[in-house]
Amino acid sequence: MHCGSCRLGVAAMNPELRKERELASFHTEALTHILDGGAEKTRRRREIEALMLNDPELQHEDLNFLSRSERYDVAVKKSALMVRKIREHAISNPEEIMWFKRTCLESKVEPLGLHFAMFIPTLENQCTSEQKEKWLHPSYTQQIIGTYAQTELGHGSFIRGLETTATYDPSTQEFVLNSPTVTSIKWWPGGLGKTSNHAIVLAQLYTQGQCKGLHAFIVPIRKMGTHEPLPGVVVGDIGPKFGYDEVDNGYLKLENVRVPRENMLMRYAKVMPDGTYMKPPSDKLTYGTMVFIRSMIVGDAARALSQACTIAIRYSAVRHQSELKPGDPEPQILDYQTQQYKLFPLLVTAYAFRFVGNFMRDTYHRITADMNDGDYSQLPELHALSAGLKAFTSWVASAGIEECRMACGGHGYSRSSGLPDIYVTFSPSCTYEGENTVMMLQTARYLFKSYTQAKSGQKLSGTVAYLNDLCGHIQPQQVASRPMVMDINDISRLVEAYQLRAANLVEAAARNYRMELGRRKNKEEAWNSTSVDLVRASGAHCHHVVVKLFAAKLSEITDTAIYDVLSTLCLMYALYGISKNSGDFLHAGILNDLQISQVHQRVKELLAVIRPNAVALVDAFDYPDAVLASVLGRYDGNVYEHMFEWAKRSPLNKTEVHQSFYKYLKPLQSKL
Amino acid sequence: MAAGDRRMSEVRPAVINPDIAVERTAPSFQVEKLVSLLDGGAERTRIRRTVEHVIIADAVFSQENQYFLTQPEQYELAVKKAVHLRQKMEDLGWTDDGPEMWFAFRILGGNLAFAVHSGVFIPTITELGTDAQIAKWVPLARDYQIIGTYAQTELGHVGSSANHAVVLAQLYTQGKCHGMHAFIVQIRSLLDHSALPGVKIGDIGPKMGLEHVDNGYLMLQNIRIPKDNMLNRYSEITSDGRYIKKGSDRINYIAMVFTRVKIITEEMVTALSKACVIAIRYSVVRRQSKLKPGEMEAKILDYQTQQQKLLPQLATAFAFHFMASSLDTFCNQVKVQIKSKGDASSLPELHALSAGLKALISDACSAGVEACRRACGGHGYSKLSGLPSLYSRVVASCTYEGENTVLQLQTARFLIKCLNKIECGEPLPQSVSYLYEPITHDCSAKEKSDFLKPFLYIETYKHRAHRLIKDAGIKLQSLLQSGVEQHVAWNSTSVQLARAAVAHCHYIVVKNFVETLDGLKFEPEIQQVIKMLCDLYALTGILDNAGDFLHDGYLTGKQLDLMTACQLHLLSLVRKEAVSIADAFDYPDEQLNSAIGTYDGLAYQRLFEWAQKAPTNAKVNPAYEKYLKPRFRLAQSKL
Repeated sequence: MHCGSCRLGVAAMNPELRKERELASFHTEALTHILDGGAEKTRRRREIEALMLNDPELQHEDLNFLSRSERYDVAVKKSALMVRKIREHAISNPEEIMWFKRTCLESKVEPLGLHFAMFIPTLENQCTSEQKEKWLHPSYTQQIIGTYAQTELGHGSFIRGLETTATYDPSTQEFVLNSPTVTSIKWWPGGLGKTSNHAIVLAQLYTQGQCKGLHAFIVPIRKMGTHEPLPGVVVGDIGPKFGYDEVDNGYLKLENVRVPRENMLMRYAKVMPDGTYMKPPSDKLTYGTMVFIRSMIVGDAARALSQACTIAIRYSAVRHQSELKPGDPEPQILDYQTQQYKLFPLLVTAYAFRFVGNFMRDTYHRITADMNDGDYSQLPELHALSAGLKAFTSWVASAGIEECRMACGGHGYSRSSGLPDIYVTFSPSCTYEGENTVMMLQTARYLFKSYTQAKSGQKLSGTVAYLNDLCGHIQPQQVASRPMVMDINDISRLVEAYQLRAANLVEAAARNYRMELGRRKNKEEAWNSTSVDLVRASGAHCHHVVVKLFAAKLSEITDTAIYDVLSTLCLMYALYGISKNSGDFLHAGILNDLQISQVHQRVKELLAVIRPNAVALVDAFDYPDAVLASVLGRYDGNVYEHMFEWAKRSPLNKTEVHQSFYKYLKPLQSKL
Repeated sequence: MAAGDRRMSEVRPAVINPDIAVERTAPSFQVEKLVSLLDGGAERTRIRRTVEHVIIADAVFSQENQYFLTQPEQYELAVKKAVHLRQKMEDLGWTDDGPEMWFAFRILGGNLAFAVHSGVFIPTITELGTDAQIAKWVPLARDYQIIGTYAQTELGHVGSSANHAVVLAQLYTQGKCHGMHAFIVQIRSLLDHSALPGVKIGDIGPKMGLEHVDNGYLMLQNIRIPKDNMLNRYSEITSDGRYIKKGSDRINYIAMVFTRVKIITEEMVTALSKACVIAIRYSVVRRQSKLKPGEMEAKILDYQTQQQKLLPQLATAFAFHFMASSLDTFCNQVKVQIKSKGDASSLPELHALSAGLKALISDACSAGVEACRRACGGHGYSKLSGLPSLYSRVVASCTYEGENTVLQLQTARFLIKCLNKIECGEPLPQSVSYLYEPITHDCSAKEKSDFLKPFLYIETYKHRAHRLIKDAGIKLQSLLQSGVEQHVAWNSTSVQLARAAVAHCHYIVVKNFVETLDGLKFEPEIQQVIKMLCDLYALTGILDNAGDFLHDGYLTGKQLDLMTACQLHLLSLVRKEAVSIADAFDYPDEQLNSAIGTYDGLAYQRLFEWAQKAPTNAKVNPAYEKYLKPRFRLAQSKL
């Protein structure tokens, strides 16, 4: 059975989309299975999605016509319903819960998001067994709804700078929490503004007159029963944002709020009743959650970009415009080279990120198992990789979503396209869970360290192994003078080219850093003066990882038709990246002028190769219409009828004559 | 008096964040002089401030709490403000063509209804109508007795406000189609504002931004209008139905070009400069991490990566400001040539230039505003920062008034025609005359300081444009010679053609920046500041497109390294003056409407104050009562 057709109602499919689908050179369903990780997974995913899609209780009004308060209201209702439904349907596998929620939320966010993603996991990881006993059950049943309050008004990525204090008072065996300055007010936590009744608050712990650094405390913030703020707690919503209407991101100011000693999360660090502080055994333990979430963002980037591509490519096959040839009918805009050049590189990027996302998820699970056995050796690399890839993919995907939106012309600007929502929902990931530039510099630090190790003769392994070559037999000068014989259609040679580029930029950044040190700057100043170079080096490193993982994925594909199409996508991804960054490849002497010209040319040829499969390639992502929530991206392609119907429901159309006419225009016109 | 002193919000005149105050202690130039330069003279600065004062003092125009309004509320407020401005103008004796109204529109631009009415509907009648038509319609329109829209592709405020529209339609008479013409069509009753029979009309629904505009849909079924409602300056229908053409209708383009220039200034450059002001001020009050151990946390503007994000945007805002101003001058010259001498020979050049520049500038301003927004970290996502609204508004300009890729290809078509003219030995317009020169080879720079010579980077940009245009021409020619049909050849070369058009426009902007600089000889302090920004704009553009310049060996890798070092050094120089340069845009706090970008630098205090005013904080949470309370009750007994 063809994947989309099972979800299609009785309405006829747009004939052009039908033709596009018939022309595909491969079996869409088989590609969907590869993306899902097997036919059985696809089957189960669809089964779970159908539970939501066929449930009348979970349907609601189009969110685009609601005010922010109404959207929040619908979202809270949905969160509460989802909890019940998941229980009713006995869905317990975390991945399956995620599928169900994503379908319900139409890829948007929920006010209880942090309760599930941060509050509960933090309790699970950092509570003692007595604490678990007390807090977990009411949290699982949402009697307690919690949030995770780390970021402050004046402090973000640099968490050591947080100012909230928790001072231990041995006389009552309580912690006294305070927000001593304006900049220390907790700001941004999701669900804090209106929804939560508890928060895990990160604060500087003071005991016996000494600051012991950041620790986590469970703080009740609203009264059970009335939901009113507790004494000393100033809490509220931070106001309207660029998206995230569904979530009540909040502020929290604490004025001498007292919590019992047992409310500090004490699995690792402890404060004894007399105030004696006991250090945690290792500081790496808390890295886990962070790495997990960053790895997940790579998958989110793939999803958001692939949804945007689905909408833009389907619409471009339906939309006709101008004349290519005088007298001929207006062609599909997807037949314009400029349109293909906007969309196909993004389509191949969505595929690349999808495979990288799966890789990061699997790697995380593998390394978590190692860590549970006490082996932390792979953590630094995973940490560096997740930071860099989080930044790399979220930047590229954000820009890509906007390009897809603009490629839909004026209609992309209408909320009916679904694209504005995808953008505003996804783009915050450039900032949260580690601001992207900061992330890139963390990866750079790892690269720099690895480079230094390789220089001193240590053999590197893993994703940085290519630095061995640089410091071993190939000197930078030799890199530049390498023979430039190269088949630009050979993906393994392209992977090498990306390695050389990354190695070269790491080397250049290291050289500039040494030079800055030579100017009698201290380490920090020298690092700052090299940071633009370092970010570039990290970007090149991540780019190389993506190309390499995409190429590696090809070897797992057995279906020849799909192998052919994915090879084209992989080649396109690699060549387009070279074409866009040709300066780096020319500068380092990795490719010469002639080869770069060939690359530019080949990219344009590949556009034509991808063209007949474009619609089938987005169909294979297999997003139900309800998840895309886009008039332009409908599977059946009946765009214009539905856009007109949608517009008629706009709030300004509720009355034939808007009230502002009577209030302002009529008096003016009668006066004259 | 420093320009900014007056700008401070009246809330706490005495308090100023010392982190921002210290930035203003020793600027290398008089801020007020830069203000006049940007305004086009001290007299215009004076008028602008007078108008600003009037508007800020008037409660109806207040933008306070605007971010909390729903879309219908924003629309209604915009109508109220537009009507009020009309009243104000009559009271104060401001004329329609006077500088006061120009500034008033600029100040209130994002908050007024009827932008299409005043910006397109009336100008179209003025340009395309006969004198009699102008006399009949324009006074009615100016008094808002009729409110009009312009219905070509996208409709502005048809949805709820307009009662008339200039409708672009294919004219059929005597069984023959004569192409697009403009007609004035009444669409709503003037008595009760209801849609006339045969008119289906409404709002197209919520959008990414522009909430205050009721973009609409319009369907016409057998609507009859008098023959005189066709705008007749350049063509006419006789009473027996014959079609008569009266002179070239190419002048139609002039109205379009004027609209483009207007939106470049009012929508694009303004958005970018506001975003720069907000992000730069915030970046000197925000502190994060430590540059040196033991010291206090550093201002984020002291990080090289932050400078790289923001300061080239600041330079870009200046580049485009000067470009828009030159384009406006050129536009007026062409208009005079046409009106006085009937000489329309410069029109194709003007048209091509305005198309390509609109595309280049809207792309760069949208990307720039978004870069500024993201450079403010989490707070850039809060609407209270002002940045989300700036972005969602400016980014619309990439697709309205001509989709950017379509415009780039129009410019490219002009450039290819120029190449053909060279073949025939015909003269070329001034802006493309370089295509006659031989292509230059090998940049002559030997050391870092060479890259600070404007002639050198102008040459570099010229070289790229020249090469890319020529290469695209060769590609197109070779396809045609191999027997490929014209339209297929054009389509297969279009990515390359669009790139060539961008390179051409980029060169024009750099060249224009340098020409502006040359005109500042008598203001050495100001010239020095502008030079720094010009250098930064030019070098950043080369480095961002390094591949284009390395490709044929025009620049060597070694030269590129020197240029990189030079650009990074420029960042550190502009850094020192950044706040004063941003101050020179002279936006009153009320106009920026940003909690994090105020003159006094009290970002955190304002965020906290403003957030507490959000309607979500004013009342009991109904979602709690409905959905959460039943769950929480269970816990009460246990905790």
